[in-house]
Amino acid sequence: MTRAVPLWLYSLSSLVLFFGVWQGVTVLGLVSPFVLPSPVTVAERAIAMMQRPFAGALLWEHAFSSFLRFLGGFGLAAAIGVPLGLMMGRFRLLDEMVTPVFEAYRYVAPLAWVPFAALWFGTGVGGAIMVIFTGAFAPCLINAYRGARLVDKHLIEAAQTHGASEFRIATEVLLPGALPSIVAGLRVSAGLGWQSLIGAELIVVSSGIGYVMIQGQSNLSPQTVITAMLVIGLIGLLIDVGLRGVETAVRRKWEGQ
Amino acid sequence: MSEIVIDKVSKIFGDGGAKPFVAIDGVDLRVEDREFISVVGPSGCGKTTLMRMVAGLETVSRGEIRVAGKPVTGPGPDRAVVFQQFALFPWKTVRENIVFGMRSRGASREERDEAVTYYLRLMKMEGTADKYPHQLSGGMQQRVAIARSYATDPGVLLMDEPFGALDAQTRTIMQEELVRVSKGNPRTVMFITHSVEEAVYLADRVVVMGRNPGHIREVIDVASTRQAERWSEEPIDDVMEKPSFTHLRGQVWRLLREQMGADV
Ligand SMILES: Nc1ncnc2c1ncn2[C@@H]1O[C@H](COP(=O)(O)OP(=O)(O)OP(=O)(O)O)[C@@H](O)[C@H]1O
Ligand SMILES: [Mg+2]
Repeated sequence: MTRAVPLWLYSLSSLVLFFGVWQGVTVLGLVSPFVLPSPVTVAERAIAMMQRPFAGALLWEHAFSSFLRFLGGFGLAAAIGVPLGLMMGRFRLLDEMVTPVFEAYRYVAPLAWVPFAALWFGTGVGGAIMVIFTGAFAPCLINAYRGARLVDKHLIEAAQTHGASEFRIATEVLLPGALPSIVAGLRVSAGLGWQSLIGAELIVVSSGIGYVMIQGQSNLSPQTVITAMLVIGLIGLLIDVGLRGVETAVRRKWEGQ
Repeated sequence: MSEIVIDKVSKIFGDGGAKPFVAIDGVDLRVEDREFISVVGPSGCGKTTLMRMVAGLETVSRGEIRVAGKPVTGPGPDRAVVFQQFALFPWKTVRENIVFGMRSRGASREERDEAVTYYLRLMKMEGTADKYPHQLSGGMQQRVAIARSYATDPGVLLMDEPFGALDAQTRTIMQEELVRVSKGNPRTVMFITHSVEEAVYLADRVVVMGRNPGHIREVIDVASTRQAERWSEEPIDDVMEKPSFTHLRGQVWRLLREQMGADV
């Protein structure tokens, strides 16, 4: 049976409706352009920001520096969270030691770290990376931990009775065994990290998309703020699509086995 | 010289807790270097527990286990285990699985390639080196697991119902193959099984265990009969019809039934 209307047409029509209503409301003068500029105004503003520097840089340069910061914080979270999670899944003692601290930390919102980030790292890149790290760390650790706990005990014992060191058990048994769970965690972690990045940039740094938003606000330019929001959404979407691709690839490879 | 000495060993699960459970009580057994022993006994008599203690995967509550003169304190490549569930690494190819233990002792590339070729030929599995375990049948997977353990070059091989998950025909083929492999490559083997035929066919001695709590009921010698009757020169089906075989089988059976009846 074939569908009369392809599915993507529904997605497209909701987008058209969204922008249509937005444009309609602004063109008819129902709201002041200082409160809500029209999509056309925003598009013009976006194009202008790609051609002339705003707040010290072109739009894509801001986006790029935000993305680099994101990679820093997210990479650090994965580099610490995944191995620590795997080790906690393997060693009961470590689990007992880390869990109480971890449980206390994970309910503190990433933005609550901003004062400390500023205090410890000043208003440079370090502060932003730290805030992203606090947002991205928990899912990395939790999913690696769960994945490691679910690895077949016989595989670990087989490795042990064939002379594998703890390092080989971690890299050749726990890591591949927990991989589907780890990748799922990275996806959640990237989303949270990207969200907390913007929060961090609102406060601690003087470049990046979050900074553009703050500058747009103080310049009384809502179209600048909306442009920044759209860029945030778009990059977030691209990150998620990328990691979803990785997740599907891992799932497909692992589920056959 | 890799003899196993099990010296007055007991295993008490939950020792010191509210409900201690004696799984093994005062077992004494000596397995000579390059001797093949089978262990049979009713379900729950502690066969797996005993083997896991020799492997170092389970602690000993009382007594001591020594392998090659050294007390066992943990798992090691001198005592490779073949599990009933195969326990192959699903993300590694047949080749990578076979050389897993060899890499622990730093075997060279040539040595590893040689071993893969050798064992795949021995197991009649040429051309499967780059396949993943899930692409193989159960029998083939268990052959890879056995090859992985042999290639690790352990003094002692521990097998817990390695053929339990296989169908009857595959099982027979695997039994003949194991005899072939272990003849060319003799090791000290502890082989747990529920099949009396298998136990008698493979072993130099059959250890019959009893339960409540787990203990050794009797040890039956097979090696002298096997040599006198030249079992290893004939196919398994013919061996199993020989009077010498059926006699030993009957002897093990009676002991086993006695153990099973003990708590009915
Ligand atoms: N980790 C454990 N904790 C508590 N009791 C255990 C544990 N492992 C095994 N037991 C108990 O010890 C006894 C012996 O178990 P074991 O698995 O060694 O028996 P088995 O002879 O291998 O049985 P089967 O033939 O069914 O495999 C059983 O009663 C079992 O319930
Ligand atoms: Mg068992």
